[in-house]
Amino acid sequence: MTARSWHYFLFGAWVLALASTPLWGGNYVIRLAITIAMYSALTLSWNFIGGFTGYPSFATAAFVGLGSYAGALTQNAGAPMLVAWLIATIFAGAFAAALGGIILRLKGHYFAIGSIGVVEVARLVTASWGSLTGGGDGLNVAFLPGGPDVVARTFLAAMIAIMVAAFAVTVAVDRTRFGFALRCIQQNEDAADMVGVNTTRCKIAAFVLSALFCGTVGAAYASWTGYIDPNESFSLLMTIKVPVMCLLGGAGTVLGPPVGAAAFTLLEEFFWANFLDYNRAILGAVIVILIFFLPGGLLNIPRAWSRIAGRRRSRKAPA
Amino acid sequence: MTMPILELAGVGKTFGGVQALRQVGFALREGQIVALIGPNGAGKTTLVNVVTGAQRASQGRIVFRGTDVTAQRPFQAARAGLARTFQIVQPFPRMSVIENVMAGALFAGAHARVADARSAARDELEFTGLAALAQRPASALTLAGRKRLELAKSLAMRPRLLMLDEVNAGFNSGEIDGALALIRRIAARGITILIIEHVMKVIFSLAERVLVLHHGELIADGNPAEIAGHPRVIEAYLGEKFARRVRELQANG
Repeated sequence: MTARSWHYFLFGAWVLALASTPLWGGNYVIRLAITIAMYSALTLSWNFIGGFTGYPSFATAAFVGLGSYAGALTQNAGAPMLVAWLIATIFAGAFAAALGGIILRLKGHYFAIGSIGVVEVARLVTASWGSLTGGGDGLNVAFLPGGPDVVARTFLAAMIAIMVAAFAVTVAVDRTRFGFALRCIQQNEDAADMVGVNTTRCKIAAFVLSALFCGTVGAAYASWTGYIDPNESFSLLMTIKVPVMCLLGGAGTVLGPPVGAAAFTLLEEFFWANFLDYNRAILGAVIVILIFFLPGGLLNIPRAWSRIAGRRRSRKAPA
Repeated sequence: MTMPILELAGVGKTFGGVQALRQVGFALREGQIVALIGPNGAGKTTLVNVVTGAQRASQGRIVFRGTDVTAQRPFQAARAGLARTFQIVQPFPRMSVIENVMAGALFAGAHARVADARSAARDELEFTGLAALAQRPASALTLAGRKRLELAKSLAMRPRLLMLDEVNAGFNSGEIDGALALIRRIAARGITILIIEHVMKVIFSLAERVLVLHHGELIADGNPAEIAGHPRVIEAYLGEKFARRVRELQANG
């Protein structure tokens, strides 16, 4: 088995594990599985622009928030739920396409700061435009009928479906010319231009891909919780968490994002349950240590391990 | 006479108050090896930048194979068949040597599929003598190796015109001989070459025509013997002693 097909197999097994939670777990476990699938979709999305292309975007929460509001408003206008999700997806993508032409002229730290600004501007506009969005009072969305069990299963299936779709697009990008172009841009944008890569178009396409599934996730989240408000929808914590998850798993890889999202979410649960007072501080320290000592992310553990083992062996050999 | 492959007319480039290029005009015929020489700061690299669209000409017109390309962007130049190497090499550092070359074949060459690009890249690595290093990371190559990698990447782009910006800078004389042979083999493939160079051995053994740039102006254009005897070139660049040596060398064959 090649490394690639081995990764696809692992991901398939992980999808089955998440999908099977209603068979053996309670509502808490199902909720955890939904959260993992949701963050995996967001992390896979971020990976297009932040991992493959190397542009450190903090715009995730803007796309999620706009998706939430686009979906909720469409649904409240009487559209079926899935249609609302589709419209939210397209809306987030179109927003990224329009924004990308402007913001992708910035590089490095400037791009990072600019993209955080986008989240704040989107939040303020949403909060101020009370006649459309309900302002700070938020918006209610009709609950799905059928009781908590049916709702949990439905949204588990939905989030897993979004995650699988994001993974499928990642695989396609990874294997084709487009993904190659993004990697060239990540390593040396001027050189990429010189070998014939239309860098502007590729960057905007990657930015749009990084927004599409965020829009879907936002709309699905709004339908799931039944209530959204500007502060939770455009959350700065989320916009920082997603890139951290990706770095933790391995940015620019296919399996890294879902690994990072799962590891982060499970660690967060573990520390929250065991250290009520200091959970965030401990989690922060653990993440800094992991990223510092594993620059390629968790996926790099086997390689890092064989390097350490090799060094030990070569130290023993002369004796 | 056939249509020139590249034609510049009245090309100028200003940076603020500095005139880096002034009224530069010349035409290259297909299949020629032409050298572009001049003192440091004469505007040689700026000229290449303007031709490939890395910088936009302030005045004048650039025509490549009958099309006005004055306003093109670098990726369009690459796709049209205008390739260049950099004085300071520009690899994709965390990719392997073969992946670097594949990039040229994928985006500017004739290969849209990754697998086809890989086999085209293998051919170019063979041609430039890098085949044994194909799987190494590009950042692990020596300077001479990186310059060869630049060449292989440019060749994978299937260029009509290749501009070599000091490919021999920093080489020892053995490496220069190797590079000379390689450039001859590239020309034998029918690729027109514009070579920017300070090493006179390279210029006088390779080029059939020499352009001399000084303070952004084209001060001479002729065959190597004419250039070695050109008073303005001697004054601005070569120096009397060196020019005499070159003339003696050429007189002796």
